[in-house]
Amino acid sequence: MFRRSIRRGPDGTVRLDLAEEERGLLRQVAEELRELLREEPEDPSLRRLFPTAHDNPSLERDYRELTRDQLVTGREKSFDLLAETAGRDLLTSDEADAWLRAVNDARLVLGTRLDISEDFDWDGFDETTPRAPELALYAYLSWLQEQLVEAM
Amino acid sequence: MSTLAPAKIEVEQPSEVDEPEHDRPWVVIVWNDPINLMSYVTLVFQKLFGYTLEHATKLMLQVHHEGKSVVAAGTREKAELDVARLHAYGLWATMQQD
Repeated sequence: MFRRSIRRGPDGTVRLDLAEEERGLLRQVAEELRELLREEPEDPSLRRLFPTAHDNPSLERDYRELTRDQLVTGREKSFDLLAETAGRDLLTSDEADAWLRAVNDARLVLGTRLDISEDFDWDGFDETTPRAPELALYAYLSWLQEQLVEAM
Repeated sequence: MSTLAPAKIEVEQPSEVDEPEHDRPWVVIVWNDPINLMSYVTLVFQKLFGYTLEHATKLMLQVHHEGKSVVAAGTREKAELDVARLHAYGLWATMQQD
């Protein structure tokens, strides 16, 4: 049904054969996530990007203090890299790793907004709902990520 | 030559009850979630912990079917580092003392 658009290249590289529309969409997703993280870091749709590590509130505070900045910076870098390299045909293994994380983050944010659950009814999905564009994007990113994983 | 019997040396036996709290290992747990793809979770376990495809797949299936799996263990510092690396990849990881 879908053509394969991501393939394993030599030496851990990844080849991309994406349409211009797909590249534009990925660039837009990366830039929007970057902006959301910068402008509204406490937005509820971002909560899956920063799960709690400890039940104990005091240990959790320590963990946040220790890791939050690094986790934010790492995500900013991967969103920037996705936006910058969306037009490329070949990614190094490090760049492919950043794509993998950025695309997964996009799925986590969309999935949280859409309240995706284990038994989500894709067959009963109504194309006329206002959520249809976000659901379609979520499905596209899932397909893309599956291919990225296979190519790595 | 001494005829005295050797003094009995009391050797303190390590007891689990007396084990100081900071010596008990911490475990890193990954929880099931409806968004992360099974293939992605397996790849992350291989990347971060150097597990074989077989072992990583076993852990991923445990997360999927049983709701969670212990994927690493060690000192609090090591466990926190592992949890942070898993969080960087978007996995739902927590840690607790065993």
